[in-house]
Amino acid sequence: MSIFVDRETCVLVQGITGRDGSFHARQMKNYGTKVAAGVTPGKGGTLVDGIPVFNTVEEAAARFSIDATAIYVPPALAADAMYEAVDAGIKLIVCITEGIPANEMMRVYARVRAAGVRLIGPNCPGLITPGECKVGIMPGSLVTPGNVGVVSRSGTLTYEAIWALTQAGMGQTTCVGIGGDPIIGTDFVACLEAFENDPATDAVVLIGEIGGSDEETAARFIEQHMSKPVVAFIAGQTAPPGKRMGHAGAIVMGSSGSAADKIAALNRAGVPVAGSPTELPEFVARVLNQDLDAVPRSERKAYQYA
Amino acid sequence: MVIHEHNAKQIFAGHGIPVTEGDIAATPGEAEVIARRIGKPVVVKAQVHVGGRGKAGGILFADDPETARAQAEKILGMTIKGLPVHEVLVTTAEKPLAESYVGIVLDRNAKKPVIMVSSAGGVDIEDVAARTPEKIRRQHIDPVEGIHPYQARRLAYYLYDDPVLAKQAADIILKLYGVFEDCDASLAEINPLIANPEGRIIALDAKMNIDDNALYRQPAIASMRDPKAEDPAEAEAREAGLSYIKLGGTIGCIVNGAGLAMATMDLVKRYGGEPANFLDIGGSSNPQKVVTAIKIILSDPKVRAILINILGGITRCDDVATGIVEAFRQFQPAVPVVIRLAGTNEAAAADILRHTGLPTAPSLDEVVKKAIEMSRAQDSAQERRK
Repeated sequence: MSIFVDRETCVLVQGITGRDGSFHARQMKNYGTKVAAGVTPGKGGTLVDGIPVFNTVEEAAARFSIDATAIYVPPALAADAMYEAVDAGIKLIVCITEGIPANEMMRVYARVRAAGVRLIGPNCPGLITPGECKVGIMPGSLVTPGNVGVVSRSGTLTYEAIWALTQAGMGQTTCVGIGGDPIIGTDFVACLEAFENDPATDAVVLIGEIGGSDEETAARFIEQHMSKPVVAFIAGQTAPPGKRMGHAGAIVMGSSGSAADKIAALNRAGVPVAGSPTELPEFVARVLNQDLDAVPRSERKAYQYA
Repeated sequence: MVIHEHNAKQIFAGHGIPVTEGDIAATPGEAEVIARRIGKPVVVKAQVHVGGRGKAGGILFADDPETARAQAEKILGMTIKGLPVHEVLVTTAEKPLAESYVGIVLDRNAKKPVIMVSSAGGVDIEDVAARTPEKIRRQHIDPVEGIHPYQARRLAYYLYDDPVLAKQAADIILKLYGVFEDCDASLAEINPLIANPEGRIIALDAKMNIDDNALYRQPAIASMRDPKAEDPAEAEAREAGLSYIKLGGTIGCIVNGAGLAMATMDLVKRYGGEPANFLDIGGSSNPQKVVTAIKIILSDPKVRAILINILGGITRCDDVATGIVEAFRQFQPAVPVVIRLAGTNEAAAADILRHTGLPTAPSLDEVVKKAIEMSRAQDSAQERRK
């Protein structure tokens, strides 16, 4: 079991002929994802790595029963791509694109919400259900199937945490990167709720960062609604206020959004917060009452992007 | 991106929001000329991207042009919270009867813009929010429908009982929302909004932050960027497509990804060091970016050791290694470096680095510990030289 995507998920790639789109369409397909079709206006009728390309999402959706779309189009065109996917009836949109104006995203959010569509991102690495399906750009070689759910606002930091879990022999049900922008489609709570309802998930790793109050909201949800243990890591403990730390959403404004506040809120909800992403496996072992040394460690190997 | 008060006032005026008359001066002489043209008592205001200018002595009043010159002389060349003052705004001094606050920001949780007003204007709105939250009224705006006049009216009547004043304030709130939307602002703020003795409502100050993601479609605003108001290294990094923030410690950090960069800084602190900076080289791995990143780190005289932490997904470790080798050939730095390259093409990267003898570390925790060790060795070597 898993959340949001599995081996049956039929995936469309919007922007499939672009540099990122074509590369990642191939990576997704090689991982075993059912990549049915791609869309690039003007390139209909061509093939990318054997995947048929259509001019419009509507045409692709008429031909295949599309469950999810991965969007790799440039920022100025991304909002339009999301509206097109909603109109074609696609129920899961994963927007990888970084740099979409927040004013644009507020309107897109209103639309996907009204249509009952799940949007993950934008500015996110997407999601992966190990051994079954990946939608986005997460390196498939870092993950392994198991019973830990992972949800994160970050990209490479998530890879670090997942790799630590995998090396400690702790596999994952699904890893979701929700994105680092101020306006995102799916927040921590939606993912926590899905993991709580997923019978295969026994524990959840939450990776947050400074800015906004999504972690505080997550803490309240965990306290009130979750039976499964959650452990966390929060990046940006040394970040000064008023400075945007790379992600558009990662900024401490005045007294709000600081790492200290988030850690305190999570601790109050009974969530242990690790001091380093590499400590997360120990924390997971503790909440699951496992002896980490008893877990067979996989061999440290050089991984290649796959 | 933050723009100066005088630029924000220009934008406000263009949208029909009443602002005080004034102009920008880079010399005391220019300030005098502007004050003479205005022909009324003026206020001379430092143009820097920080709050609390008044308390720092960066806002001074002048009854006549000669005094305006003297006041400008005091402010120009001043340093406010580390930022030098290159320009002052000389503008009509008003005698406010009442000071209010009007601001529009993005509410991330509601995923809508929110207008906030308070009758306690002129002070730090965060203090008001913390101490007397009941003095703030909020109105969320549907981003698709836009603002309705009644929403502005309701806020305006909260601020003013007098219908003549409330009508003007409602008009200003509507127009301010127009500014917020048209300019892709993440913040549009008037603090204070005042009623003057003639019964007019005027924006005495103007503050705007623009969404960096929207600058591509806001060329007029993008051109308002003041390179003098930025740290030179941060400006160079931005032009090279790097995200760099100077922090003042001794361990220079080069990382891929914002989250991992923050986590790396946090670990430096955890193991007893002080990060010199935040630096994210971003997703794509152009060797030239790495060269620029190392150059920027080396321009910080406080740096005692450089830590490079790359976890390659899209980023290719061999590209990063090539950039590191090139940078060390070009700059031959005296500062030691320790490198951790893991992920895509890490074997090829190890081959490239092997010939250089540059030290490497196998994991996140190890590379951080090693960098701190190196910086301490540098410090004690320096002590011995003294």
